Amino acid sequence: MKAEGTQVRDAGTAEACLPAGSIGLIFDLSVADHRGYRFPTLDVPAVEGEQELPKSLLRDRSPRLPEVTELEVVRHYTALSVLNHHVEKSLYPLGSCTMKYNPKINGELAQQPAAAFLHPDAPEGALQGLLAMLWHFERHLATIVGMEAVSLHPAAGAQGEMLGMKLFRAYHQQKGNQKREVLLPDSAHGTNPASVVLSGFTPRQIPSGPDGRIDLAALAEAIGETTAGIMITNPNTLGLFEHGIGEIAERIHAVDGLVYMDGANLNALMGLALPGQMGVDVIHLNLHKTFATPHGGGGPGAGPVGVSAALEPFLPVPLVARDGERFRIVTDRPHSIGRLHPYYGNVGVMLCAYAYVRSLGAEGLREASRAALINANYLMHKVDCAFPVAKRGACMHEFVSAAAWTRSHEVRNIDVAKRILDYGFHAPTVSFPLIVPDALMIEPTETETRRSLDLFAEALQAIAVEVREQPDVVRGAPHGTCIGRLDEAAAARRLRVRWNPPGEVDD
Amino acid sequence: MSYVGHTREEGAAMLAEIGVASFDDLLAQIPERFRLTGLLALPPALSETELRRLFAEHLSHNYDPAQTPSFLGGGIYDHAIPAAVDGLSSRAEFSTAYTPYQAEVAQGTLAAIFEFQTMICELTGMDVANASMYDGASAAAEAVLLARAANKGTRVLLPETVHPRTRGVVATYLDGTDCRVELIPERDGRLDGAALAQALEGGDRVAALIVQQPNFYGCLEALDALPETLRAGTPRGPHLIVSADPLSLGLLAPPALFGAQTVVGDLQPLGIPPQGGGPTGGYFATRQAWIRRLPGRLVAEARDAAGRRGFTLTLQTREQHIRRDKATSNICTNSALLMLRATIYLALVGPQGLREVAGQCLARGRYARRRLGEISGVTAVHGGPWFREFVLRLPQSAEQVVARVLDEAGILAGIPLARFDPARERELLVAVTEKRSCAEIDALVAALSAVLAGAPRGNGRTGERKAGG
Repeated sequence: MKAEGTQVRDAGTAEACLPAGSIGLIFDLSVADHRGYRFPTLDVPAVEGEQELPKSLLRDRSPRLPEVTELEVVRHYTALSVLNHHVEKSLYPLGSCTMKYNPKINGELAQQPAAAFLHPDAPEGALQGLLAMLWHFERHLATIVGMEAVSLHPAAGAQGEMLGMKLFRAYHQQKGNQKREVLLPDSAHGTNPASVVLSGFTPRQIPSGPDGRIDLAALAEAIGETTAGIMITNPNTLGLFEHGIGEIAERIHAVDGLVYMDGANLNALMGLALPGQMGVDVIHLNLHKTFATPHGGGGPGAGPVGVSAALEPFLPVPLVARDGERFRIVTDRPHSIGRLHPYYGNVGVMLCAYAYVRSLGAEGLREASRAALINANYLMHKVDCAFPVAKRGACMHEFVSAAAWTRSHEVRNIDVAKRILDYGFHAPTVSFPLIVPDALMIEPTETETRRSLDLFAEALQAIAVEVREQPDVVRGAPHGTCIGRLDEAAAARRLRVRWNPPGEVDD
Repeated sequence: MSYVGHTREEGAAMLAEIGVASFDDLLAQIPERFRLTGLLALPPALSETELRRLFAEHLSHNYDPAQTPSFLGGGIYDHAIPAAVDGLSSRAEFSTAYTPYQAEVAQGTLAAIFEFQTMICELTGMDVANASMYDGASAAAEAVLLARAANKGTRVLLPETVHPRTRGVVATYLDGTDCRVELIPERDGRLDGAALAQALEGGDRVAALIVQQPNFYGCLEALDALPETLRAGTPRGPHLIVSADPLSLGLLAPPALFGAQTVVGDLQPLGIPPQGGGPTGGYFATRQAWIRRLPGRLVAEARDAAGRRGFTLTLQTREQHIRRDKATSNICTNSALLMLRATIYLALVGPQGLREVAGQCLARGRYARRRLGEISGVTAVHGGPWFREFVLRLPQSAEQVVARVLDEAGILAGIPLARFDPARERELLVAVTEKRSCAEIDALVAALSAVLAGAPRGNGRTGERKAGG
């Protein structure tokens, strides 16, 4: 667990005042004139910046970047890396994030130089292979969600949501509709209301019923002439299928509203059900979740958006079109909302996801979703005795447990989450969805074995016993990680968001 | 292959153990009319071997980047990428983790973000930088949203010298808000100062001006000569937003010196391959005054009970997962792995290396522009200071010339500006990085001379590999 290389222990370093076991920074390793990379030898006449450029635009002192050898850089980031929990270490049951295994072959193919070094502004004729892959991938995604067309542009799910709201606007503007409100269930991801506001609409919250699904009566009351549409996550964040979606869509469509489906949880539906048949007008997918591209420590992702035929004319430019055997880049689309991404979106992520779709095929995708459901239901059953499931009945790809009972032992759900780290697993999503007090949101994904699920369930059962018998151990967790629980409140008060050279006043 | 963790038989046994008779029982909550009975219409599943063959076949219909010297830029540049950047950033410990919500098992990612925030502050001169944005264009749009929230302005001034696609993205982001975009015309490749002064004088409150440095044409804008109202940084005054190429900041002055309230840019030049235009990653740096309006993730130093230094996400009440409809931005997943690449790149090259690489772009660019300008009928369009990139006027259609130079010499000569403005049919945007050797530049000069000396071809499409796919 200890990674000596990156932890400060030498009294001679710049941060001598830090206690041993502190996390080291690359700046601590800097030695004047050390270099970690050599550029090509200049084989044209040298030019001095001072001769060529106005002095007023030039830097008069160097940025204080570290000066380190390549080996020091390699050791430092290797040492940092092992401080991370990651999918290849053990179960990463972060609900709503679909932390499934990222097959090696997909990354290798997407990152090979013949793909990774393609410049997007090369002549169209010299990019036919890339355009073909994008075109085919777009069609495959449209098939998987049952929608008319797909835009690959959004760089992540939240940008897909924003695109969806721009499409709502374009549609209503064209029809001359006076629409203001977008309805959202109270179980929605935080990105949903933020995206609604960003696009000039007003969010209106719809309560969930006792079964954890949208309360249809409350919804009927909220729908009116100014309703622009609704954003629904399906399955929702409780891991339940919104079985009223057909009726919801009919009611929304009756006032010429539109239905947006947050497809973050599509891992539950591939090959089992088609959003396009449920009355959905717009849906975003998360390639880094459902389609197994690496999460990257927080990105890059990709959030392609599927639309119905009525919204297709508004999709952002450019699009890839096919004329027989030739692929063209199309920018001339009069009703388009314009540009969302400078090029075609996160192409590197798409190629990785394209490889995933091609390697699984229709049966493989269905098998993945089937197994995701089986694993989630199996784990839910095993965990229920320790941390009761919030809503009874079968779940889809994930479920939400409640740690509320631990309060009587003065233990909070965050303490339970931290204790899970000591057992060698990542914690579930904590305190979300907001409608379940002390929520632990658990998504095992299909790539886990039964043994892996059993080990995790046993850990939760053991922790439940600890809560009753040794609550101090849980409250003080984690104990076995490279660093103890950090004082976030103090960190926010004395806010240090950058390194400063020793001795320099940082405020 | 579906990478599933259990066989059908094991799956059935797991269901039996929890009292579920069949898999279909799990689907009971999906109304029958929405259930898919047949298979999705997708091509058959492929083994690794077949998948490799498929990719090889597709990729054979592109140009081969390893064999094709590239003078393409316009936002995506062919800079050298140290091998250690690939080796380290592809470690599964970094690449298969997610947002560092559980700090105790995410110190690797968190410490790297803290280093990145520091490096960006050092390059830009700003007080605080976040943990990355999607790309430079969306970062510029988010900077406008910050300005609008800070000063309640409703006009956004966008010079024509800002990349047209950045302008497009900003306009899309602003659709639905009370802000509108006003174009500031260009003059000899730079923003027209008189027009800017006029725009600042009259009309409703200005939220922000975006200046790109170096600008779309490679010209350096006179940041030191902007009107005082922009440089002053008064609380409700218009925000100066500088979109700066981070690599150029090895040589150029930090935009903070010119009164920038926010500095943004694209990370691609810092160790990130072109990848067909994405993912590239963006950075976002601003003043201390706006820290609570910052979009996206922010990492702070923190201590554990033993006083040990670690790192954690901070000021999360700005963010969508806490603040929902009151959040400063809807951004959640960003570009952490690209941020890591940029951090490792900057650590490897250090301050001297960054200055050297910027200086090499300057020197190689000067040489290329001089040699290309010696070709009969070819002229440089703009005067004044510039960096890495320049516009040439050719005696014929740049699109056709580019295609022929690629066909005949296997060189990508530049980006025809007609793609952005039909009136610029004969103009070519040429970028020269430290990777372009003297021999490659000479080869471009020879190829361009030969193509221009020959008879112009008809309208036939060139630059073509085998069609299909």
